Amino acid sequence: MAIFDIFLLEALLNGVLLGGVLALLSLGLNLIFGVIDVVWICYAELIMLGMYGMYFLYTVYHAPIVAAAAVCIVAVAILGVLLHVLVIAPLLGAAPINQLLATGGVLFFLQSAATVLFGVEFKNLGLRLPVLKAAGMFISYSRLLAFVAALVGMVLVYLFMTRTYTGTAIRAIAQDRQIIPLMGVNSRRIYLVTSALGGGLAGLAACLLVLQYDVHPFVGLSFGPITFLICVLGSLGNFVGGFVAAFVFAEIIALGGLYLDLEWGYVFAFAFFIVMMFVRPEGLMARRS
Amino acid sequence: MLKIAGLTKRFGGFTAVSNVSFEVEKGEILGLIGPNGSGKSTIFNMVSGTLAPNSGSIQFDGREIAGQPPHRIINLGIGRTFQIPRPFRRLSLVENVVLAGFYGQGRRSRREAFEAAERALGLVGLPTDRGATVEGLGAAALKKLELAKALATAPKLLLADESLSGLDEHEMDQAADLLRRICRDLDVTIVWVEHIMGVLMRVVDRVMVLDHGEKIAEGQPAAVASDPRVIEVYLGTQAAAVRAAAGAARA
Amino acid sequence: MTRYLPWLGGLALIGLPFVYTAPYPMHILIIILIWSFAYTSWSVMGRFGLVSLGHGGFMGIGAYATALAWNYWHISPWIGAPMALLAGALLAVVVAYPCFRFRIIGHYFALVTLALSGIVLQVITATRDYTGGSLGYTPERYQSGSSFYALQFTGKTTWYLIALGVWAAGLYVWHRVDRSMLRYALEAISEDEDGAAAAGVHVTLEKLKITVLSAAMTALAGALYCQYQMFISPDTVSGIAVSLQMVFAVVVGGIYVPLGPTVGAVITILLAEVLRVSFGTRAVGWDNLVYGILLVIFIIFLPKGILGSLLALRRAS
Repeated sequence: MAIFDIFLLEALLNGVLLGGVLALLSLGLNLIFGVIDVVWICYAELIMLGMYGMYFLYTVYHAPIVAAAAVCIVAVAILGVLLHVLVIAPLLGAAPINQLLATGGVLFFLQSAATVLFGVEFKNLGLRLPVLKAAGMFISYSRLLAFVAALVGMVLVYLFMTRTYTGTAIRAIAQDRQIIPLMGVNSRRIYLVTSALGGGLAGLAACLLVLQYDVHPFVGLSFGPITFLICVLGSLGNFVGGFVAAFVFAEIIALGGLYLDLEWGYVFAFAFFIVMMFVRPEGLMARRS
Repeated sequence: MLKIAGLTKRFGGFTAVSNVSFEVEKGEILGLIGPNGSGKSTIFNMVSGTLAPNSGSIQFDGREIAGQPPHRIINLGIGRTFQIPRPFRRLSLVENVVLAGFYGQGRRSRREAFEAAERALGLVGLPTDRGATVEGLGAAALKKLELAKALATAPKLLLADESLSGLDEHEMDQAADLLRRICRDLDVTIVWVEHIMGVLMRVVDRVMVLDHGEKIAEGQPAAVASDPRVIEVYLGTQAAAVRAAAGAARA
Repeated sequence: MTRYLPWLGGLALIGLPFVYTAPYPMHILIIILIWSFAYTSWSVMGRFGLVSLGHGGFMGIGAYATALAWNYWHISPWIGAPMALLAGALLAVVVAYPCFRFRIIGHYFALVTLALSGIVLQVITATRDYTGGSLGYTPERYQSGSSFYALQFTGKTTWYLIALGVWAAGLYVWHRVDRSMLRYALEAISEDEDGAAAAGVHVTLEKLKITVLSAAMTALAGALYCQYQMFISPDTVSGIAVSLQMVFAVVVGGIYVPLGPTVGAVITILLAEVLRVSFGTRAVGWDNLVYGILLVIFIIFLPKGILGSLLALRRAS
């Protein structure tokens, strides 16, 4: 029984660590939805490209890992801006669902572009971080590092949002889109900054995920859907809701993975999501009126 | 016919409707007036099922309907119009009304729905040809469409929400006559919410005044219009209108 | 003359396999018909603004339930396919009911259903001991050659006629919905749910009806695909990619016209085939690459789709 409890505790702890990365993913998506009112269906595919970037810079071209990470974050941020300028901006006046489907087209494009360019083989950094042994539990450094970096990333975003004028404008728009014309802010600039920020967060997530997972063209599918569920459960555009929901989902996945396969963790998470819709249809964090 | 007791609705900390009770008799036209935000539309939303009340009861023909979904309430015989017309632009003019006729009467038959729609459109004076679209209808015609949609559901009780705002003098008179005719000829009981008091006072049998979610007066139009509390509520911009309305009601 | 055009076209399609039997073009035609039916099934609800990205899930259920019932319990596809259809409908109710009841619409609905198709793929992969996982799955051959009981036919002509019949039935359903009161209700709902409710429409129920219809049709498409190909894998019949592929084809063809999904299927499948034939294995990924770009371009410049825009042009002139 004692061993069983250790496993349980280890799974719980791993859940918390996974939650940090999921929270980072949902923050990026929520930011874009809250400000621009579009959902980037291809968000996880941007991450996939970032992971490939890390693989090539670090493993193939032997760049220092920190420099590689910095380059990746900036590169994915630029991809985010390109996505906005090329696909979202022409559709800002169109039906919302068209914007969503267009990013679906981008998803297709990025997946197959990766297939064509990099092939379907699984690739990894070839970097083995040590495993931390504490109180009989095994916690990998890569997960711990990902968790800490995700938290740092979120704190940085928080500081940006509260301490800078642009950040305050972004928060204001996320809360109430009606104010855009009243604030006298240049919405085009705000949209570009938000897209870059959302892309940058995807880039950071890519650097962290590539430490734990192999990269292949379809890797986005393994965490894209779960990120969408987290955002819907936490109420799209609600940063705090997304944060809380990320940890709830991460625990469900971790515990599901403990007793069955990891895939079943996802299935449980989805079942939980359906149940939650009955219990709290306004979203996890919504106050009851 | 409609019996409302202790009706209360809160939005967060704000009480939109507070302990309001009133009754509507079969065959009458009851006017419901009050300044903006006094709770008139909220009461309509609760009676028609769009909102659920926090407390209180709404009885229609002796049956409790508070908190029931809108589609069920319509099938019991309560139709409504919206303050701001809500035409379905992807449907043709006739289809708009047929939809209400079909679903509002408990999905009886397609043919009956078309007949009800044609009757309702004819009554309010809108074209009944299948090709007519909603695009390009003016404010007055959209109000008529709202009314036709509500009538096609064959209501026993009609909740008419500010049907006349945005119309000119002549159109207002026409619309008021129409409500009168609907009440008399079709035997439909009407509760009529309105900003513009002049026309309303001439048509209604009784009037009820709301202010800040509370009922402050109820009775014959003439008596209500000379009630000091009502005059106080309407003091300022509308005081003259109230006095004029009182004059009109007496005449 | 134009009145008889559909009948003449229908007769020509029925007569085709009796004059022309080259296997490869027949195979492409059958595939086009099956996918056209799947895309039509999607558009039955998609045209009302109910954009589901979960239809990959329904198709997967249809295909796998039919195949599993046959292999494990020897249930003939004649029973298995309706069962699969029911399973698809049931899944649709379980997911769509809370969505509709609690006003999860637009973006939110698309994301929840997107997750659904992801999850169905995960389940098929996770139950690899029964479904073969990502390696795919084959319904067992019954005796050898063709069998009506096992719904297995070696001849392309039989399959062509079956697929043609199902495709025509799909168009008929589209037409029936178009002429029904349900269409009025759903058009109204897509514009203004409160307004529709005020006209007496039970919003949740009407949306659920069309979703269940659409999901069940899509599951049938999955069952049909399984029986024809005699091989299914999670990636070809389920998952987000299949869901997006459906949306893509319908958007390209035209979402508001009955033959739009069919035109979309013809274009996308021919495109993929041309790429495959001319580039061979090097074409892996290229078809989706082109799809992706085309989808974005179509949504920006031609949101009515090819057929939809052509019809609109003809009406305008």
